[in-house]
Amino acid sequence: MSEVPTAVLMKGITKRFAGVVANSNIDFEVREGEIHALLGENGAGKTTLMNILYGIYRPDEGEIYIYGKKAHIHSPKDAIALGIGMVHQQFRLVQTHTVVENIVLGTGNGLRFEEEEVRQKIVDLAQRYSLAINPDARIWQLSAGEQQRVEILKALYRGAKILILDEPTSMLTPLEIKELLQTLRRMTEEGNTIIFITHKLDEVTAVSHRVTILRQGKVTAVLETAKTNKVQLANLMVGREVLFRLEKPSVERGSEVLRVEGLEALSDKGLIAVNNVSFTVHRGEILGIAGVAGNGQRELLEVIAGLRPATRGKIFINGVEATRSSIRERINMGMSYVPGERMTALVPNMSIAENMILKSYRTAPISKGAFIDRREMLNLAQRLIQEYEVITPGPEKPVKLLSGGNIQRALMARELSQQVDILVAAYPTSGLDVGAIETIWRILLSQRPLGKAILLVSDDLEEILTLSDRVAVMHNGEIMGIVEPKEENLEKIGLMMAGALKLEQEQWV
Amino acid sequence: MSVKVRIERRLEVSRTTQIGSILLSLLLSFVVIAVIFSFLGVNPLNAYRRILIGGFGSLYGLSESVAKSIPLLLAGAGLALSFKARVYNIGAEGQILLGAIVGGGIGLAWPDLPRGLLLPLMFLGGFLGGALWALIPALLKTRFRVDEVLTSLMLVYIASDLVRYLVYGPWRGAEQRGFPYSSPFSLSAQLPHLGTTRIHYPTLIVALLLTLAIYILLYYTKLGYEIRVVGENPAAGRYAGMSVERVILFVLVLSGGLAGLAGVGEVAGIHARLGPPEGISPGYGFTAIIVAWLARLNPLLTVLTAFFMGGLLVGGDAIQTALNLPSATIFIFNGVILFFIIAAEYLTNYRVKVEVVK
Ligand SMILES: Nc1ncnc2c1ncn2[C@@H]1O[C@H](COP(=O)(O)OP(=O)(O)O)[C@@H](O)[C@H]1O
Ligand SMILES: [Mg+2]
Repeated sequence: MSEVPTAVLMKGITKRFAGVVANSNIDFEVREGEIHALLGENGAGKTTLMNILYGIYRPDEGEIYIYGKKAHIHSPKDAIALGIGMVHQQFRLVQTHTVVENIVLGTGNGLRFEEEEVRQKIVDLAQRYSLAINPDARIWQLSAGEQQRVEILKALYRGAKILILDEPTSMLTPLEIKELLQTLRRMTEEGNTIIFITHKLDEVTAVSHRVTILRQGKVTAVLETAKTNKVQLANLMVGREVLFRLEKPSVERGSEVLRVEGLEALSDKGLIAVNNVSFTVHRGEILGIAGVAGNGQRELLEVIAGLRPATRGKIFINGVEATRSSIRERINMGMSYVPGERMTALVPNMSIAENMILKSYRTAPISKGAFIDRREMLNLAQRLIQEYEVITPGPEKPVKLLSGGNIQRALMARELSQQVDILVAAYPTSGLDVGAIETIWRILLSQRPLGKAILLVSDDLEEILTLSDRVAVMHNGEIMGIVEPKEENLEKIGLMMAGALKLEQEQWV
Repeated sequence: MSVKVRIERRLEVSRTTQIGSILLSLLLSFVVIAVIFSFLGVNPLNAYRRILIGGFGSLYGLSESVAKSIPLLLAGAGLALSFKARVYNIGAEGQILLGAIVGGGIGLAWPDLPRGLLLPLMFLGGFLGGALWALIPALLKTRFRVDEVLTSLMLVYIASDLVRYLVYGPWRGAEQRGFPYSSPFSLSAQLPHLGTTRIHYPTLIVALLLTLAIYILLYYTKLGYEIRVVGENPAAGRYAGMSVERVILFVLVLSGGLAGLAGVGEVAGIHARLGPPEGISPGYGFTAIIVAWLARLNPLLTVLTAFFMGGLLVGGDAIQTALNLPSATIFIFNGVILFFIIAAEYLTNYRVKVEVVK
């Protein structure tokens, strides 16, 4: 069939973990010089399959051929010897060492390497693949995107011809994503082969030549990217229709729920992270805050939620000043907060039911004198599990057994089941797959007609534009302007995100 | 060919795995201790047989084991609660001594009060004594973020010296002819016993009821819920508006108070006077740490583990005299068992896989 030689061939791969079949009789073929996307929802088995290829796991069944030769890969060392490199979802770099040191570390050269020679080799590699990086910077000084470049260089330095990237875009800014995709194209031109793991359809269509789709540990299709489209990919990945165009019926903007005035707050390092921020959020509307990650969004939300003190300015909830109120008082005033780091709002080892009452255990019907009414607790959990379609064997199972999407659904369910006037949501869909993203979006939109106010922070611009009624753009701790999420405002939003444009307050909507 | 060892995290730990791991850790402890016995020139099987007979093999042994399990249960159940909140109160030994001082002091000060009034007063005082002693590390932790492990442990030595100062000094009984003891307690300051045993049953009943109460507190009340949430994930507790400080104060003070009750039980139920600290409590506060861990921090299970450790203490005493072993023998038991329990705790949460690679 194909004249292009096969770089990787995995045949009949099965891998079981206690109770789960992570990979079930998977055939996976990657041709030399292509970018091959491995697409699937969270938990589909992508990482497991690649960990097998990279020698981290051994398959229970199946065989692997590299460039047509049967391979016995027992450890990453074997994989590296065969020219396979892997950039993991979580980077594995030594924070206090320099870029050069990290790249050389573990290559067997010890620490007595020919510094100049090695350094030159790294600089050359970086140049060849246009991976801009300062070789003498220490890792902790680098952004996520730069750290990823170090990981890629590390693999290339070790002679990788076949490079596996596990969800490489999840921590990058839009610009960094663009640069990464360019690098990948560049690498294939140099004869490398790329396996690109993702659950984002845009990326598949943007960069890959072919795509293998996994669902629940099985291959559902192998397609030429040029001959498919996002709807088909989504169906194959999720197993049902996915709607991309969400209905956003217009909702009358109600009374003001949240007002912040001239808010200022410091980062963990004591620098000004939130600078003179003012806005309002009204009933029935979603105010989206767009911006590149790390421009003060996290700190802003923490100040509003009561987890970080304001050094200046005021916060009002329903007209009542809450600047110095405790977290508990803010909860009672009708504020709900879904933090970006989900696990700080959950207790993974405790049951779903017990997690569902984290905010409501102090009030009836859960609270009964000094006691917790366990029956009411289970009823509530059962109801929320059903209403929000949380997939779980039961309410008494620990939260840590849920998948990412279901954890977020459960968290949303809890936060919205409270007497909420204002929901503050940070990165509500980060790390989720299409199916779960769609549910979360629907849940958020369904709150508008109920008269709730939502403050949404996300670094996914598409999410902000889809959901928001108004978009505030944050840059360097300041609000650069507030505009409507219209096509014609896109350029303005981009400029404001880059800090190149600041609208006069009179122009804000 | 090579052998590979791999460690994977277990998602769910079944109850059988948990119980199995406790039993296995005990078994391994006994194997290691057997080796130590052999080094000491003692036949381990013989030693174990004697321990078993000493602690559990006769009515007398059993009654002694129950008597020793009383302080272990009181202190151990409180520690289970404290550890559940990830607050590591290591100083129950000192809190026992403070309970003995305050409870015993009340008994000495008002010897003529009726028994029905004096004994409750002594227990109340002992509870407060232990609780206040634990309040010190609690305040240091919540106000100044000082690690409670160090402070609670150091307070043990201060409590010991306080007891010593009192029984050598101001509280020494005039009729003790220079020995470091207080005057004997009046009859109304002494706890009644079950028959001819040393089981001071009022303390035992109080201990059992309080253990049940702690279980209910932990799993059925709002406060217990807060304790478990804060123990599992303090960030989530803070996020939900819980006061982490309040939880820390509560578990430390309550576990200290329970240890204080144990101290009263020992002086009013066993010794009937105050004496040197090693006499009042030969390390019950430390053994209680094992009682709590061996029960996997489940307060109800501490009833079993306290009895088990009580028996081990009695059996240990028996072999010390019979086989002429050093008096530190029982501390070897404690140390080895604690080591294996904590190792087992790790192994039940992780799975070790050994693969042979050709
Ligand atoms: N070490 C492990 N132990 C037990 N189960 C695992 C382990 N690694 C992965 N799994 C399970 O295997 C399935 C596939 O996981 P994974 O390969 O990480 O999916 P993906 O990368 O597609 O999100 C999931 O159900 C996951 O919970
Ligand atoms: Mg993965």
